[in-house]
Amino acid sequence: MIIELGHYALILALATVIVQSILPLVGTIRGDRALMAVAPAAALAGFLLVLFSFSVLTFAYVVSDFSVGNVWQNSHSLKPMIYKITGVWGNHEGSMLLWLLILVFFSALVATFGANLPERLRANVLAVQGFISTAFALFILLTSNPFLRLQPAPAEGQDLNPVLQDIGLAIHPPLLYLGYVGFSVSFSFAIAALIDGRIDAAWARWVRPWTLAAWSFLTAGIAMGSYWAYYELGWGGWWFWDPVENASFIPWLAGTALLHSALVMEKREALKIWTVLLAILTFSMSLLGTFLVRSGVLTSVHAFATDPTRGVFILAILVFFIGGALSLFAFRAATLKAGGLFAPISREGALVLNNLILTTAAATVLTGTLYPLVLEALTGEKISVGPPFFNLTFGLLMLPLLLAVPFGPLLAWKRGDVLAAGQRLFAAAGIGLVCAAVVLYIQNGGPVLAYFGLAIGFYMIAGAITDLWLRAGIGKVARNVAVRRFIGLPGSAFGTALAHIGIGVTVIGVIAVTAFETEHVVEMKPGMQVEAGGYTLTFDGMRRGQGPNYSEESGHFTVARGGVIVADVWSSKRLYSARRMPTTEAGIRTFGLSQLYVSLGDAMADGGIVVRVWWKPMILCIWIGTLIMMAGGIVSLCDRRLRVGAPQKVRKVKPALEAAE
Amino acid sequence: MTRKQKRLAVIGGGIAFLVAAVLLVMFAFSQSIAYFYVPGDLAKADVPPGTRIRLGGLVESGTVKRGEGSTITFTVTDTLATVPVTYTGILPDLFREGQGVVAEGAFGTDGLFLADTVLAKHDETYMPKDVADRLKAQGVELSGKETIK
Repeated sequence: MIIELGHYALILALATVIVQSILPLVGTIRGDRALMAVAPAAALAGFLLVLFSFSVLTFAYVVSDFSVGNVWQNSHSLKPMIYKITGVWGNHEGSMLLWLLILVFFSALVATFGANLPERLRANVLAVQGFISTAFALFILLTSNPFLRLQPAPAEGQDLNPVLQDIGLAIHPPLLYLGYVGFSVSFSFAIAALIDGRIDAAWARWVRPWTLAAWSFLTAGIAMGSYWAYYELGWGGWWFWDPVENASFIPWLAGTALLHSALVMEKREALKIWTVLLAILTFSMSLLGTFLVRSGVLTSVHAFATDPTRGVFILAILVFFIGGALSLFAFRAATLKAGGLFAPISREGALVLNNLILTTAAATVLTGTLYPLVLEALTGEKISVGPPFFNLTFGLLMLPLLLAVPFGPLLAWKRGDVLAAGQRLFAAAGIGLVCAAVVLYIQNGGPVLAYFGLAIGFYMIAGAITDLWLRAGIGKVARNVAVRRFIGLPGSAFGTALAHIGIGVTVIGVIAVTAFETEHVVEMKPGMQVEAGGYTLTFDGMRRGQGPNYSEESGHFTVARGGVIVADVWSSKRLYSARRMPTTEAGIRTFGLSQLYVSLGDAMADGGIVVRVWWKPMILCIWIGTLIMMAGGIVSLCDRRLRVGAPQKVRKVKPALEAAE
Repeated sequence: MTRKQKRLAVIGGGIAFLVAAVLLVMFAFSQSIAYFYVPGDLAKADVPPGTRIRLGGLVESGTVKRGEGSTITFTVTDTLATVPVTYTGILPDLFREGQGVVAEGAFGTDGLFLADTVLAKHDETYMPKDVADRLKAQGVELSGKETIK
């Protein structure tokens, strides 16, 4: 009964979001305020209905109701509770429901915090959100319904893919979706602006917090996915340039560009048309990512099940929204007036460079991801575009951006002085080189390019700090004045610095691991030793164990440094009983920012076992850097000038909006 | 600079950058694309030693042999032809005899395929899509669970 209620709530939600998409739009066309006012109420109702529907599905998983086909396919009564809950979105139907839930959640947020938005803008934004929600609610109900029953109900479920039975599933998809789907708000704002044919700095001020929030979530979601793949797959890699990874990375690159161009628009009223286009493209990339991952055109752990009708349906959604948005853009973009002037060398110019490089990089990754699919569709030829392609193109494209990042905040708006900025960055560049030299001294050799890369990483960190240093006037004014100025700096200044420091930290981690990691594949018998990163691993032997829904064989290793035992590592291979599926549970020990990574291979006939041992120097920097970037996003979001719904500010801006027409 | 000159500078710089990026992409494609073959293709297609390819098929039963250390040899078949493969490292968890596999690497001058990456199915319900497509095209019967709908 409760299952049918959940199903019914979803259908009702579909009806609600249809109302949300049509009535407010009619209202803005006719100037009917009552119809426009339907939007927030419908958005809230839609959110509550989908939330109820999602809770019902979760309930079905928690009580292991195998009469629900979706639960039967993806759960097992012996599965630990946490994986029963996370298993809700560990399959196609459930994850699409989560997608929809987050989409209507954002609509509800706009409805709640958008009280200070101009009436027409709010109605239009929510109507566009309604259209997207309608498409996905239809998609779920018609092709991916998680509430279908089985008759008779099976006694036991088929269990969740063991690779997904991990805490990572609790964190990675929700965060990723909050980012992915969060860009829908920027998209809706862009479409609403095009429908109304007007746009101004206030518009950018409203869009930026949503973009920032989505971007922060997406950053965390991608980083979490990367760390999960790193420890779960047992291959020791943290990024594979796999199409599903690219599917989340392309919107991130576009979203990063959007963040920066919205800044120019907010501060200087320039780049209006470009910002609108970028907002459309960013969410289009999110939709494309959803299509790539969910349609089954790619085989991967993410393509839970493949069913051609789903692919065609998502493709139709994709074509409708991207095509519709771009056509609207083509018709209406000319009505948006171009804004402020600036010299090529200026803060705006730097942000244009940022946008140019980021969008080119996004287009490059997109090309590499889609080319094999397009070629196969056109000629039937099967090719693969692997990491070498992406490393070469993406790496080279990013290089000038990384060098230019510290310049950006140091250039003045309108007209900047690149020489003066360069002089101020002398110290930062010096720090970068000295740090790289210190690493060279410790490492004693290695590829020259790696030290160049490390120098860039340290230079970016020092450069970001330089900006804060100069703004506070440290060394130029009295100490207490400098401290007061430093504390008084706007949140966005700290946010910018943090985000840029984060990139530097990630760059250092990436370079260090790529250049200095060591890998040993050896056949070991108990008592044998292997050296890695200055540590000695001794293999002590194997032990059999039994988990709730798996059996495992674990190898025990003792880690010593200079003859002193400092740690021990368990590395296991598991066999999940329901699916007869083996997985590798790598043994990972952290030393400072570096890690020792041990994964087990096959047992040999003579009692030995193949062991793969990596030393991953500074690898944690990769994810710590992304966390710092995310923290930068959140700090910027908390800036009082940007706070979602700072009412006084907005009221002051309102007359300007009317005047803009 | 006038407004027009400023705009030209920005647009010119942008176009120069884009052209550089396109050239870079084309160069990278020419360097790093790996074509997919099943053993039956290789007789027709002349793949020179050292060219990176992806070789797909089934792991022929009874051919998996462990050499010294972690070196493994096995034979990939599409039932029409077979190719011997050498790989050093740890095989994926789902690597099994008689099941689908994709090996990435290149032929040595001795005609032996030297794989640096071996991919098996992601889970037990399907095999690598490339392999399944090609085997189906060649009329190899796949048991119900192995095929992709």
